[in-house]
Amino acid sequence: MNESMDFLLWTRGTAFDVSVAIFIVGMLIRLFEIVSLGRGRDLAAPRGTEFLPGIRTILSRTLPYGGTFKRQPLTVIAGYLFHIGLLVSLLLFIPHIELFRETFGFGWPGLPNPIVDAAAVLGITGLLAALWNRLTNPVMKMLSDSEDYLVWILTFLPLLTGYLAYHRMINPYPLAMGLHILSIELLLVLFPFTKLMHTFTLFLARWYNGAMSGRRGVES
Amino acid sequence: MVDTKTKTLGEILRHSGVSRRGFLKFCTATASMMALPPGMVPAIAAALDKARRPSVIWLSFQECTGCTESLTRSHSPSLENLIFDHISLDYHHTLQVASGDAAEAAREEAMHANAGSYLVVVDGSIPLGNPGYSTTAGFSNLQILEETAAGAAAVIAVGTCAAFGGLPKADPNPTGAVSVRDIVTDKPVINVSGCPPIPVVITGVLAHYLTFGTLPELDQYGRPKAFYGTSIHDRCYRRPFYDKGLFASTFDDEGARSGWCLYKLGCKGPMTYNACATAKWNEGTSWPVESGHGCLGCSQPDFWDAGGFYNALSIPVGELSRTVSYATAAGLGLGAVAAGINHRSKVEANRRHGEVTVDDLEKTS
Amino acid sequence: MNALNTTPVPIEKFTAVEHRFGNTLPLLHEISHALHRLQVEGTVTTLDLNAVPFGPGDERQLVDFLGRGEVSAKLEAMGDSHIRESRYSGVWIVEHWNTSGERVAFQIEITKLPALLEAQQEDIAESLLMLQAALENARNGASV
Ligand code: SF4
Ligand code: SF4
Repeated sequence: MNESMDFLLWTRGTAFDVSVAIFIVGMLIRLFEIVSLGRGRDLAAPRGTEFLPGIRTILSRTLPYGGTFKRQPLTVIAGYLFHIGLLVSLLLFIPHIELFRETFGFGWPGLPNPIVDAAAVLGITGLLAALWNRLTNPVMKMLSDSEDYLVWILTFLPLLTGYLAYHRMINPYPLAMGLHILSIELLLVLFPFTKLMHTFTLFLARWYNGAMSGRRGVES
Repeated sequence: MVDTKTKTLGEILRHSGVSRRGFLKFCTATASMMALPPGMVPAIAAALDKARRPSVIWLSFQECTGCTESLTRSHSPSLENLIFDHISLDYHHTLQVASGDAAEAAREEAMHANAGSYLVVVDGSIPLGNPGYSTTAGFSNLQILEETAAGAAAVIAVGTCAAFGGLPKADPNPTGAVSVRDIVTDKPVINVSGCPPIPVVITGVLAHYLTFGTLPELDQYGRPKAFYGTSIHDRCYRRPFYDKGLFASTFDDEGARSGWCLYKLGCKGPMTYNACATAKWNEGTSWPVESGHGCLGCSQPDFWDAGGFYNALSIPVGELSRTVSYATAAGLGLGAVAAGINHRSKVEANRRHGEVTVDDLEKTS
Repeated sequence: MNALNTTPVPIEKFTAVEHRFGNTLPLLHEISHALHRLQVEGTVTTLDLNAVPFGPGDERQLVDFLGRGEVSAKLEAMGDSHIRESRYSGVWIVEHWNTSGERVAFQIEITKLPALLEAQQEDIAESLLMLQAALENARNGASV
């Protein structure tokens, strides 16, 4: 009879603890693994330095490569749209910041809710566009496997449920909020074992790319 | 003296010299109290004119008497001389004069005389762990409730304890407390939750039954929609600040002084359904958010277990930083093991790594 | 007691902040629409202000805005009631108190004359009987 409150309490309690634990343990194991494996020794004599090119590549790859934009404008635009929307909603919504403050002991200023709301809409639109692109573009379609779709759903659900909960479009509210939290818990649990790891590994990959090219004295 | 048992409310009022104007005014106040639109006043007047005095049996189980306190402070127009004179409160062991056997006899008499038509009001939860945890006149709460509810028209569970288990049911629920709805399944049960419920909401529900002889429309928690249909957050006058993202961060900062939203200070208004924002408390003086304190969520099931009262609603219930630190420790440990294994295979790979000369290549090809 | 009176007790000065929480504006629009309906269709509207989530100061702002008009009436029936026209003719502010002096209803009525001010059919019938009985008594020699 009290399902929705029980559900909310479960998602805010046991389920949250379990999923956060899985996320952290999984993440650390995988990062350790990747870092400790490192790269094979390069026996060739270096023709340049590694450090600066490494850092530069981490930063420079944040901007799209012109050629890609010309060939796949939608991939680039949808990608940026949803990443920015997602990050703004995740990191600058005040209720979320309160959660981080509770976890890490510090917070940061947030944005007014209407701006975050707009960002969430951008994020949702971006994700939908990305999905459409994936389904209609023959190359994208061929490249996609089930994991890509899984990851899309895992990313889409928190944005969607968050939007619905904020606008109180699901009744009763405890159910709406419970669904939102549950969708994030799903994301957290599967994060370390899917492509979602790119959130962290992208920095490593860019570093390796930059550093290796730097060592060879070529541009990356 | 009019026989209040058989006369209708309209007859009693006219007999005691209340004018039609006075009666209509009373109906207006009743409509407002029942949270019905003013257009309903004529219907209420017509119904109240014909209303008869229902018999009410009030049972108190595992409770703190706060709900009764709340009710007796109700500022309804009716309490002192109408609703409460007009309902026949035949048994309430805190308020009644009779005690012991006489009191129990009054309950039984009311049950027999009004079989099938009396109302049972319950405050407090029912312990199932051990019948001895809470008894009245030697009977366990469960026995009394089952026996009394059997012949009732409906049961009104007043307060969060009766409606959802409340404080006694809070983790770890030492007495095995349950709500009225867990026991009474074959009768309509109206939940009037709140810790305590707003007095006018209690009288409003009684008035609704008295007026229309029917039960009000209920939400999925069995609460009357007229009072519990909207969340605190949706009726909060501080809502514009929430929408703008203006929050008080402490109870005495500039934001608090300017009346900004109390979300960060733990307001549970967004998940709480109750009428505080309009019905208000203490004769309409103010209500918790207006006096600067967030809503605790007192009308929701399990609100005692819904996390710290001063934690923002977005903060999980458990000890988050503890989970994070344990998980980090475990992750670091396991990560180190993984790194160790990787290191061994790398050492192995390096060991096998030999220099290859052009001669070697020629030999193998 | 004397000692108590001389003991200095610091009293924190509390100045309740009244802000414009913006709840009066939609209400005033509603009143204006209702007044329009009264003008063209003769429709009567009653707004229950107990159902409006007022913040501190909102009610005063509304009442100040509406001001006072030409008519003001006091009713004594099961406690006092104040019915007064606002400065906008046709918009009435109605407040009911109970016998213990607590306000039990607060409404805005948009009407030509609040119905409660009219004599009620039931009361008219009853007073006619009373008047006739009194006249009967007078005819039988009792002093009027
Ligand atoms: S004070 Fe509470 S109920 Fe009011 S807007 Fe803020 S969070 Fe919502
Ligand atoms: S504001 Fe919230 S906690 Fe306070 S009485 Fe109302 S519902 Fe209960």
